[in-house]
Amino acid sequence: MPAITLEMPSIGHRQHDEQRTARLRAVRTGELGSVHSWELVTAVDGPGTRLTYFLSGCALRCLYCQNPDTWRLPDGIPTTIGEVTDRIDHYAPVLKATHGGITLSGGEPLLQSAFAGRIFRHSQSIGLHTALDTSGFLGARVDDAFLDDVNLVLLDVKSGLPETYRRVTGRELAPTLAFGRRLAERGTPMWIRYVLVPDLTDAVDNVDAVADYVQSLQCLGAGGAVERVEILPFHQMGHSKWKAIGEPYPLENTKPPGKKLLERVRSQFRARGLTVF
Amino acid sequence: MTIAANPRNADAPGNEPDRTTNAWRGLVTGPWQDEVNVRDFIQRNYTPYAGDASFLQGATDRTTALWGRLTAMFPVERERGIYDVDANTPSSITAHRPGYIDQPNELIVGLQTDAPLKRAIVPNGGWRMVEDALKTYGYEPDPQVKEIFTKYRKTHNQGVFDVYPPNVRAARSSHIITGLPDAYGRGRIIGDYRRVALYGVDALIDAKKIDRIELDMQRSVENVVRDREENTEQIRALTELKQMAASYGFDISGPAGTAQEALQWLYFAYLAAVKEQNGAAMSLGRTSTFLDVFIQRDLAEGTITETQAQEFIDDLVIKLRIVRFLRTPEYDSLFSGDPTWVTESIGGMGEDGRPLVTRTSFRMLQTLYNLGPAPEPNMTVLWSDKLPDGFKKFCANVTIDTSAIQYESDALIRESWGDDAAIACCVSAMRVGKQMQFFGARVNLAKTLLYAINGGRDEVSGKQIAPVGAPVAGDVLDYDDVAAKFDKTMDWLAETYVDALNCVHYMHDKYAYERIEMALHDKTILRTLACGIAGLSVVADSLSAIKYATVRPVRDDTGLVVDYLVEGQYPSYGNDDDRVDDIAVGVVGAFMEKIRRQPTYRGAVHTQSVLTITSNVVYGKKTGNTPDGRRAGEPFAPGANPMNGRDTHGMLASALSVAKLPYDESEDGISLTATVVPSGLGRTPAERAENLVGLLDAYVVSHGFHMNVNVLNRETLEDAMEHPENYPQLTIRVSGYAVNFVRLTREQQLDVLSRTFHGGL
Repeated sequence: MPAITLEMPSIGHRQHDEQRTARLRAVRTGELGSVHSWELVTAVDGPGTRLTYFLSGCALRCLYCQNPDTWRLPDGIPTTIGEVTDRIDHYAPVLKATHGGITLSGGEPLLQSAFAGRIFRHSQSIGLHTALDTSGFLGARVDDAFLDDVNLVLLDVKSGLPETYRRVTGRELAPTLAFGRRLAERGTPMWIRYVLVPDLTDAVDNVDAVADYVQSLQCLGAGGAVERVEILPFHQMGHSKWKAIGEPYPLENTKPPGKKLLERVRSQFRARGLTVF
Repeated sequence: MTIAANPRNADAPGNEPDRTTNAWRGLVTGPWQDEVNVRDFIQRNYTPYAGDASFLQGATDRTTALWGRLTAMFPVERERGIYDVDANTPSSITAHRPGYIDQPNELIVGLQTDAPLKRAIVPNGGWRMVEDALKTYGYEPDPQVKEIFTKYRKTHNQGVFDVYPPNVRAARSSHIITGLPDAYGRGRIIGDYRRVALYGVDALIDAKKIDRIELDMQRSVENVVRDREENTEQIRALTELKQMAASYGFDISGPAGTAQEALQWLYFAYLAAVKEQNGAAMSLGRTSTFLDVFIQRDLAEGTITETQAQEFIDDLVIKLRIVRFLRTPEYDSLFSGDPTWVTESIGGMGEDGRPLVTRTSFRMLQTLYNLGPAPEPNMTVLWSDKLPDGFKKFCANVTIDTSAIQYESDALIRESWGDDAAIACCVSAMRVGKQMQFFGARVNLAKTLLYAINGGRDEVSGKQIAPVGAPVAGDVLDYDDVAAKFDKTMDWLAETYVDALNCVHYMHDKYAYERIEMALHDKTILRTLACGIAGLSVVADSLSAIKYATVRPVRDDTGLVVDYLVEGQYPSYGNDDDRVDDIAVGVVGAFMEKIRRQPTYRGAVHTQSVLTITSNVVYGKKTGNTPDGRRAGEPFAPGANPMNGRDTHGMLASALSVAKLPYDESEDGISLTATVVPSGLGRTPAERAENLVGLLDAYVVSHGFHMNVNVLNRETLEDAMEHPENYPQLTIRVSGYAVNFVRLTREQQLDVLSRTFHGGL
């Protein structure tokens, strides 16, 4: 199990302590972040067209990860909050025209919660819709003020059974469940995502457990916080990235799920009165 | 132009006051009654429609049966290349007897020849094109016709080659200047076909006669003599138009009195144009909202139903779908799949802020459901974020279902050309009836860059084409050095190019004058010289590579640079990155400025387009390795598109790079083709439509000019390549034009496939 890396990219070989202290302060205050990439995407990371920032660094090591190149925080590009907010301002008219907004994804954006919080704060201050794409594993890190600035959470529940979750991600399931409940009680809208991997996450009882959990969320707070459930069929497009970072790819021979399996899983959620895609 | 056939001028000659009074019953009066002024008529009489698509009617059995007769003929046409041709009759407005698809069941009549899909020969443009095409399809040219057009009657083609200077010939044969309309009709002229419906032919002839009186009062100097001859030809063509209509049993000397007549009159006028001209693009104009006035009046009078109204439009569109020209396979491979560019411009906003969307705007698009998707007529929506929601959603849905609409910025067009402008071909906006263009095809700027690097030698043949210059020296390309050489080479190119176009259009006016189309224009018109550039993204990325990465030239034995080694990264066009986008903007502005310095035939105003249609494949084939890492022979990106696969920040970021190209420096249009898979637009049909509307809004508010939107799956295209018979109607948009995918060459199909699919998964 690899440790969570929290160091930031180095900015030079012989740096002074002073510089380093300043940099760490910048990271702590969210003045500086580590960014993998950004993209303007439609219809996948929230409503409308989104400016999606993929932040570097993740606490999980999902076997099916399609972006293993976002795992390590130091691999990202050091980016100041000013650079990000400038880009947000640049695209604000376009994002508003499409009824879209800004999405933070990763990696795990909550790993850089101060940076993420400042991005969301700025977006809200100019009237942009905000979405957080997260596994929820680090949900306890953020306070309610942070969540006040989040209009939508794309919550990735990777498994319903703790053992399967551990097998898939190398981590515990409980923090994710707790975060989802907290959001539901607050009434933060959620899209639940579930990556369907044959022979890994597709067991009936595992899916039932997720579906039961999601159904239970609908009864918390004012009710109905989960707007939709998206079943994401596993694909092999991440394969080359595993190769590129020199990691053995455990799902080398896994095939995308067939239509029948997809339909079975969707119907398990649908049976609980959820909107499923 | 003033109108004599006006009830208020009842004593004017050649007038039928009762007929005109009846035809104009119930219409709001105004200046349009005293002069030819279709815009004024529309503005005073149209009914904006802000509702949704729920009123629309599907195809009737009659419509389906009529269209079915034609679709049954398409497989044969596809297999043979053409269905049939009349090889013996040089076409004119009156050359052929009336033709029908199924006379008793046609609501709008008229064919180019005496039978559907039977093509005509139009030798005025050039005899060789006709002869080559006939022979290709297994027909023998008529010896007498050949003798006439090779011995007695000079053609446009011959005229041009009589006057081309050697530098133009060299530039032409080395493919740095390409696609010049020197062997075929230039097209891109939109007659104001609406005038025939609104005024009738006699009133238009009378107006032309008044113009003639003015011309007769001037001294007989060259331009006046030419204007008089053209005026006479125009009147002659209008008279023939009446004769042609009469052969179908219609008297179109007076205005149309009903909706069906309005469509029929308008179509006859258009038909006359396509009988006589084999133009590269024979666009229809902006007719939907005009026709809507007549349809709404008939609906209000209770003489037709919505079903009938839709049938009329469906029938008109059936006719527009079977416009055919005889062309050579080489021509088709340059322009892809036998196009005619019967472009109809729909929607947009009026100068007074009212949307120009009417129910007939919807009806026109509805034909894509009633008859199935098709590339013709080339449905073009003038998009504004201010259009009514119901229309926006309908357009988005039609695009998602058919991919058969192209979008252009209404605001940019209106600001430059007013609210009665239409698109000719793909992206060329012009005021209808008040403006025409001298179509100039385009130059290959990527090749120009290679000439600059090689001191004017062609990178493929090694021949000296441009004036001798110093080739680049040293082992690494230097940005300032290459940029300066490129600038100088563009000077030569602009001069050579405009010279070529001046020769072409002088001769086209002389030997293949568009009589009927120009008869449906004002006396005084604005002419533009529509230059064009291809390979912009290759140039931008190449210069970016030279500037931001290290590019080492590779020379052959003769010192010719034939390849480039690129070390390091460089920002590439299509990622909304100013470092390289500014280079693209600079190139567009620089070439336009050089074009503007050249004297033009007939004082035409210089414009340029960034458009390739599908000729990006051919340009690529003729161009060697480029400093951006593109390999010799690989296609360019179409139009103003970024190079395939180099746009990595999503479709919108890619579009926003293109949106930076200034319309002021490319007033003949900037073309962008975007391909999305349905899942890339949303989960549900409603979501997909909303997101597409959002993208289009975002693009036009960012000053983007034009966008083709293809919504499809890669699997669909791959399957269509293997089983074309299953996809006879599969339409995709490529640079300003929708084509039948199965009619593309395999190379073009592969190119479409390799284009970025901006999918979500």
